[in-house]
Amino acid sequence: MDFNDTHQESEFRATCRGWLEKNAQLKGGTGNDERYGRVDEHDFLNSARAWQKKKFDAGWAMLHWPKHYGGLEASAIERIIWGQEESKFNVPRGVYEIGLGMAGPVMMQYASDQQKARYLPPMAAGEEIWCQLFSEPSAGSDVAGLRSKAVQDGDDWIINGQKVWTSGAHFCDYGIIVVRHDPNIEKHAGMTFFFVDMKSPGIDIRPIKQITGGSSFNEVYFNDVRIPDSQRLGAIGDGWRVAITTLMNERLAVGDANGADAKEAFEWAQGQDDHGQPMIKNSGVRESIADWYCQASGLKNTKLRTMSALSKGDTPGPEASITKVVSANKLQAIGNFGIDSLDMAGMLKTDDADVHSFHDAWLGSAGLRIAGGTDEILKNIIAERVLGLPQDPRADKGLAFKDIPSGN
Amino acid sequence: MNLDFSDDQKFLQSEARKFLEKEQSIQKSRSVLDTKQQYDKDLWAKVLEMGWTGIRIPELYEGLGLGHLELCVIAEELGRSLAPVPFSSSVYLFTEAIIKFADEQIKSEILPKLISGECVGTLAITEQLFAPTENNIKVSVDNNQITGTKIAVPDASVATHVLVICKSELGSDLRLVDLTNNNCEVHDQDTIDNSRGHSLIEFNNANSQLVGDAGGGWALLQNILNQAAVLFSFEQIGGAQATLDMASEYAKQRFAFGRAIGSYQAIKHKLADMYIGLTLAKSNTYYAAWALLNDSTELEVAAATARVSSTEAFQFCSKENIQTHGGNGFTWEYDCHLFYRRSKLLSLNIGSLAAWKEKLVSGLERSNLNSSQ
Repeated sequence: MDFNDTHQESEFRATCRGWLEKNAQLKGGTGNDERYGRVDEHDFLNSARAWQKKKFDAGWAMLHWPKHYGGLEASAIERIIWGQEESKFNVPRGVYEIGLGMAGPVMMQYASDQQKARYLPPMAAGEEIWCQLFSEPSAGSDVAGLRSKAVQDGDDWIINGQKVWTSGAHFCDYGIIVVRHDPNIEKHAGMTFFFVDMKSPGIDIRPIKQITGGSSFNEVYFNDVRIPDSQRLGAIGDGWRVAITTLMNERLAVGDANGADAKEAFEWAQGQDDHGQPMIKNSGVRESIADWYCQASGLKNTKLRTMSALSKGDTPGPEASITKVVSANKLQAIGNFGIDSLDMAGMLKTDDADVHSFHDAWLGSAGLRIAGGTDEILKNIIAERVLGLPQDPRADKGLAFKDIPSGN
Repeated sequence: MNLDFSDDQKFLQSEARKFLEKEQSIQKSRSVLDTKQQYDKDLWAKVLEMGWTGIRIPELYEGLGLGHLELCVIAEELGRSLAPVPFSSSVYLFTEAIIKFADEQIKSEILPKLISGECVGTLAITEQLFAPTENNIKVSVDNNQITGTKIAVPDASVATHVLVICKSELGSDLRLVDLTNNNCEVHDQDTIDNSRGHSLIEFNNANSQLVGDAGGGWALLQNILNQAAVLFSFEQIGGAQATLDMASEYAKQRFAFGRAIGSYQAIKHKLADMYIGLTLAKSNTYYAAWALLNDSTELEVAAATARVSSTEAFQFCSKENIQTHGGNGFTWEYDCHLFYRRSKLLSLNIGSLAAWKEKLVSGLERSNLNSSQ
């Protein structure tokens, strides 16, 4: 047991660090990085684009990709090392994660060589931004319940329907989409996967106002939108299998809920007054902080175990599957604590950065417990895939999609 | 980056697991519980033959001279199999303290005998029905002779030696008492988990030898407990894993309303929560093993973090294992209660959950203070 890099890893880390120091600013003591939603969107996109291009030109944008698509053919552990180092710098985040994390792998696996040469480098360079169009108003946790229709017409498919919760659709150039080509067969067999030009005629994008007041995702309506058959990814009827690959990548991409953590709660409690003494002296507060600290360090050490497996060239165990469900709930509890610690004044929005981060945590965590798999779906996945428990009996089993009860 | 055990350590662990399964450790634990025999003589004799008691003892004293990690993997298996032997008392609490704090004369006299089992050691802390502190302990030493009563001392009926924390002229001392030829009376006590023996010891002017600095006993005790917390955490994650495995197996086989109960989300989510708690505890315990191995300044916080999360994980897993088993889980016949009892015993034996949460936060306050200076 040790926490040292191997010789090779430490050289790689030094290379990453050297480049980052020349090209970005280390985060300050406050840890206020440029996050999507904190500043004017137009300015933020411009700065995200510039940073992505800079990384691409040096090979860092998608460092595990083959060199001819702009990568460095880096190993999994090198990719983690890069991520660790980049996260110490104040750089724009939140624009490219979905495209690069979900559309990237799917295009790499299913697109033709010609398409890969055309689309992958600009995707990595940040010149073209991609989104993901899976969820629908009646297909949330049950993504396979989606109803958007695809009808073949010569060399094209005509798409009609509605997608929802599409992050960044309003500034994206392309999207990956799964639709139903045949409602007369079993639901998982009737889906096909495409990529689509988001500027196609017939696409109507409407922002959704979230409980945070921001609008990072959208409803996307498809009205007789044409997609060439050449943009199909996988065979007709293979849509679910392709989508599952993508969802696995999403779980890795979503990962940790960022924001106020045990450390911030601890430091806040040291400075906050509680009936004339520091709040950290309150035994209830101490107990909560111990619990959050155990969770935070449990997640950190779980990550180190995953890295250990990768460093040895092994496949990591299933332990990282707990990350999002633990961190999103912890974030919600800490946000709640921070607000409550202000007593009656907790209701007020103030300019104080800490108070702001507790309000952010309290509101934002409610969404994080849902995004990329709800707590309940993630627990089903742990129970079924890790512990080997049987699936729920399903009311839709063996039925043609059109005959499945939908409640409306 | 390597937060994992080596292939050799994993091999040692799998051999230990096979051995304890073959020896039917869980059934032996049940039989000790039923008969109140304090420990299983046959299993203890075989554990001694395996040489596990000498893992950490330097070669100079005829031990194997290995690091803590080998002990950690054994601890996990002892916890998984509820082994009814005085291993944790004699090794985590006593041998570790002798190696670290005793003088040469004590070491050379006792350490080789601890390997063979000729000597068995333990640690006596508690005296009353509330948490012991340096100020409230009453057992005292005068002219090297100890007087007073300690309670809930683990494995005292089989122990030949005991380390005693007692009030002394300069504060508190850690003192070694030979239980075989002294003015000590040992009375077995009834506990919530009689698969492990606990006793009351009356010291009547019992001769003792000082271990470590005079007056500095309380600090030594904290160090011993921090180290032992890591090893007990391994027992706890071993026990938690065993109960999660039991619950998962049962949920696959038990049918209700025409389907396996494991196909109901109420059961799935409960078992997923057990897995989540166990995974956090396991990762924290691995980190604490690293801190223990390197005697790191982080040991205090790392050990408390491991202790708190492993205590919570084992208690949660063992109680929800009973719940998953329904009425069967409440019977004496099923093994569920053996783990439930052990999880409670291990949550108390070196201090309560609340006490360790307090240690964790005060450790954070100290390290925060240090890092800001």
